[in-house]
Amino acid sequence: MHKLFPYAKAYRIHSIICPFLMIAEVIFELFIPYYMADIIDVGIAEANMPYILRTGAKMLTFALCALICGASAARLSSIAAMGLGANVREAMFGRMQEFSFANIDKFSTASLVTRMTTDVTTVQNVYQMLLRMTFRAPVQFVSALILCFRINRKVSVVFLFVIPLIVCFMLIFGPLAMKRFKKMMGMFDGLNASLQENLIGIRVVKAFAREPFEKQKFEKANSNLVNAAISAERLMVTAQPLMMLVLYATILVIVYLSSRLIVAGELEIGKFTTVVTYIMQILMSLVMIAMLLVNYVLARASISRICEVLNEEPQIKDKENADTAPIPTGSVEFKDVSFKYNPEGAENVVDHVSFSVKSGETIGIVGGTGSAKTTLLSLIPRLYDVTEGEVLVSGKNVKDYSIETLREACSMVLQKNVLFSGSILENLRWGNENATKEEIIEACKAAQAHDFIESFPDGYETDLGQGGVNVSGGQKQRLCIARALLKKPRILILDDSTSAVDTITDSKIRAAFRKEIPDTTVFIIAQRITSVMDADKIIVLNSGKIEDMGTHEELLERCPVYEEIYLSQQKGTLQQEGGLSDGKTE
Amino acid sequence: MAKPNKNKYAKPKNTKKTFFRLLSYLAKQKWLLLPVFLLVALSTAGMVSASYFLKVLIDDYLTPMISVGLANADFTPLFKLLGVMATVFLLSALASYGYARIMLQLSQSTVKLLRHDLFEATEALPISYFDTHTHGDMMSRFTNDVDTVRNFLSTGFVQTLSSLLSILSTSIMMLVLSWRLSIVMAVGVLCMSLIIRFLGKKSARYFRKQQAALGKANGFIEEMIEGQKVIKVFNHEKKSQEDFKELNEALRHAATNAATFGSILWPIVGNFSHLVYTLVAVSGGAFVIGNVLTIGTVASFLQYTRSFIDPLVNLTQQFNNILSALAGAERIFDVIDQKAELDDGYVTLVNARYSANGTLEECKEHTGIWAWKHIHQEDGSVTYKKLEGDVQFEHVHFSYDGKKEILHDVSLYAKPGQKIALVGSTGAGKTTITNLLNRFYEIESGKIRYDGINIQKIKKDDLRRSLSTVLQDTHLFTGTVEENIRYGNLDATREDVIAAAKLSGADDFIRHLPEGYDTVITGDGSNLSQGQRQLLAIARAAVVDPPVLILDEATSSIDTRTESIIEKGMDRLMQGRTVFVIAHRLSTVRNANAILVLENGRVIERGDHEDLLSQKGRYYKLYTGQFELS
Repeated sequence: MHKLFPYAKAYRIHSIICPFLMIAEVIFELFIPYYMADIIDVGIAEANMPYILRTGAKMLTFALCALICGASAARLSSIAAMGLGANVREAMFGRMQEFSFANIDKFSTASLVTRMTTDVTTVQNVYQMLLRMTFRAPVQFVSALILCFRINRKVSVVFLFVIPLIVCFMLIFGPLAMKRFKKMMGMFDGLNASLQENLIGIRVVKAFAREPFEKQKFEKANSNLVNAAISAERLMVTAQPLMMLVLYATILVIVYLSSRLIVAGELEIGKFTTVVTYIMQILMSLVMIAMLLVNYVLARASISRICEVLNEEPQIKDKENADTAPIPTGSVEFKDVSFKYNPEGAENVVDHVSFSVKSGETIGIVGGTGSAKTTLLSLIPRLYDVTEGEVLVSGKNVKDYSIETLREACSMVLQKNVLFSGSILENLRWGNENATKEEIIEACKAAQAHDFIESFPDGYETDLGQGGVNVSGGQKQRLCIARALLKKPRILILDDSTSAVDTITDSKIRAAFRKEIPDTTVFIIAQRITSVMDADKIIVLNSGKIEDMGTHEELLERCPVYEEIYLSQQKGTLQQEGGLSDGKTE
Repeated sequence: MAKPNKNKYAKPKNTKKTFFRLLSYLAKQKWLLLPVFLLVALSTAGMVSASYFLKVLIDDYLTPMISVGLANADFTPLFKLLGVMATVFLLSALASYGYARIMLQLSQSTVKLLRHDLFEATEALPISYFDTHTHGDMMSRFTNDVDTVRNFLSTGFVQTLSSLLSILSTSIMMLVLSWRLSIVMAVGVLCMSLIIRFLGKKSARYFRKQQAALGKANGFIEEMIEGQKVIKVFNHEKKSQEDFKELNEALRHAATNAATFGSILWPIVGNFSHLVYTLVAVSGGAFVIGNVLTIGTVASFLQYTRSFIDPLVNLTQQFNNILSALAGAERIFDVIDQKAELDDGYVTLVNARYSANGTLEECKEHTGIWAWKHIHQEDGSVTYKKLEGDVQFEHVHFSYDGKKEILHDVSLYAKPGQKIALVGSTGAGKTTITNLLNRFYEIESGKIRYDGINIQKIKKDDLRRSLSTVLQDTHLFTGTVEENIRYGNLDATREDVIAAAKLSGADDFIRHLPEGYDTVITGDGSNLSQGQRQLLAIARAAVVDPPVLILDEATSSIDTRTESIIEKGMDRLMQGRTVFVIAHRLSTVRNANAILVLENGRVIERGDHEDLLSQKGRYYKLYTGQFELS
């Protein structure tokens, strides 16, 4: 818990005052049984109306004080605890923004969301409980005990036997219960995980008629969970009556001891009933302490899950004195670059790659699945950092620039296009917040998006819905390209980002690039050779290595892999140039 | 659609019906409720008698003994009383142990049954249900809703019962003692109930606000993590941090208020009860002075006042629990009551062999020959028809929602072993056609015949077993690679699995995985690339060895080279099989026996590659790239 204390700093005063208020509440409450007894023993017994009123007034005053203390403590603890929660969430979100993909992959989206919501909620609730109970329960326990001893020492000696007994009992039961509940939670997670999988893959389940199999799987998980739950709850079910028995036994023993004293005139009846009330309070506070411990231990799991996120070092950081001046050119050089996702991994994903590109050139990249096309280019804007070698942009190692500067100069249109909820205009402004309407239209025209945007009833104000569900795949890709163009980058990377666009539009987009952004270095990862054949250079990748590099004509001549890809597509795409009929090659 | 968290405080619509239905889940163990009731009553009696015991002890034993003094006092009756009380307490503790054990068993087995029924119902739901309900919503029924029911059954039920019993018995005792003081008490309790109600309402309102704010923050975080790459590429970290700050602030505000009203209840109610106590004491005192009541009566009444408040507060809290449990149960029953996927088919798929005289006959062992076993409903006679994979759509009309027709008068056929390519832009109805063949959805009118049999007559499981589908979205399950491939056919041996993997071209990459076929896939295959997942899905379909294949080609996850590897495997796989391909790549369609071009739910062109090109229609435009495909 202390690891999270810094996040409660802003609520230091609340956090300090709250326990004191709780202590005050306990003390005020402690007097109340006293007055209650007095009302019966003196007021009613003597039918003394003024005394009843006076004592009642005193009692109410104390009750009111207790109420004010209790209520303000409730408010203060709420402010502090929820404030802590909000600060932790914000810190986590901030930390997440710094994460590299290696960091995010480590946690997975679902787990990050749970950590930021469920776990933080658990922590803030436990913090509130801690503020209110950490001092209250022990103070209640100690002061009730002291008052009992003050009323009568002989009777109170019983506690010296009972309390150690209860503590022993808790020490034995507690860890056992904890273990079983943890097991139950594990089963619960397992059930949920398999359930979620089933729901997401329901079409697969149905297509393969695997319902009986899935039911069997679920039934097993269900039984396991129920058995674990029963074994855990059985402990609680046993512990509760046992505690009750201890309570009752204590009362009976005290009744016996007190009766002797009462008959001997050493103890008044009213005081005796007060002692009985205190017994309840003492036992209640013990239970409260036990609960506090249980909750704290349960929260510990959440805390460590939160700390994992907070302590996760972003793997990609600015180095000191990073260069923040705008990057002048778009030249790129890879010097013997190797990369693997997992530093301990055996095989390099990108394997000793070297090449250089002059500013303003257009580079095509082709290769099979898993040949690391995307990975290779992700190294330029430092979405990942190289394992060996170096990547130079405008003659300088990318690590020497500040990340912001580097990414400002380098626009990447990703394979998995993401648009956000909001209008088209809002989404385009991601590229450049201060872009004028003219600039936006210009970029959209270049990306061949202007016409279809205009065809929507709301034009640029059209709402995209979450994930951009309201436009087709091809339209989405063109919007993403326009968004990237708005940044006016030095380097533009298109990662298979025209796959859903028809070939004619595709070539129009490339023509627009040549005309509108002649100085920008353009990398095009493509499945269709036609998308890259007019590039200045084409890199053929194979299993993370450069198979060959050259112009379309050069490669056709000397690179069999390239030729194979080209020929297989030839038949399907050549017709564009007019050579109809049965798909013969040129 | 209902957000799960909104329902936490939602009121059930038909309380009585839901309640009795929930009771029916205790069915076989319903008689256990009787002992529970008795045991709760016993344990409550024990607790109530504890405060009565003090009064008897003081009035009837201690007070007379004080007057005679310690020397002359006879402690024997007191011992007897203590003995009686010890017995009562012991019984009470035993009783509470007893009912708790029974309720534990009862609640857990009920919850198990509920979950079981809910899952059975879920698996039987038609696909259209999943189209209109999010996973989150379904999950929340399994977790939140089942949990509120469990909570009610395991603690709420008994607590309500015992609170009611103690309030009832205490009220009777108080009424017997003095109706005058009871009225005073009633006024106090009424005021208190109003306060509880007020606070409860406030807290519920803020709680709802908090849940809504939490939901928003949740959604935002999710969207931002999903779009993390884009955020990075556009240097948008600061902006999204600011947006989050705003949402977070709203959440903090709502949460603070919710927590305040939640935790303020006890100090207020607890201390307010002192006011009621004083009120009763003052009026009691007045009655004593006015000689209306005796001192002893007022004293005992005051004792009861104290034991009245706790169960009252408890009861109000339980009341909320009951309401949310019933609302939860209602949402569970809502799924259970959903119309299950229609399965009235009676034609089944059986292993078959040719008998000596050349006719088909059923057999137990796997022969590689399958037959449709058709028991004619009129006369009970049985005919066998060989499973060949002949598919025919006759004037099929279909709509997803009964309003907007998606397919208009679609007729098509595929002879056994033919490869049919479906081509057309998004929304043209390609996927819909394959979904109808699977009978994921029911057609409006027309007929679909499979080997000449109307598919509505075929048992669904058998129909789907005879088809193998590779969907566009690949879903894998937690388990090893081998288990995932075997998902298609649970009887497949390891050799079968490897053969299927080789056929689909997946074998190569699987062998490069750290544990080969025993590599564990987690999180829907997030440790594999798109192409690899697609390959596994194809292997999964291959292991079924079906007469009919449905392929929904991935748009762009597999590049042309990998695709050609798959195609080679597919060519082998397609030998002698009927294949429907939703084609996104024109290279795929060239080998098809027939190409169907769909537009707006109609077949507008049909023919092979050459035919269609020479028609110079839509296919020609698609083929020459003048038209966008997806």
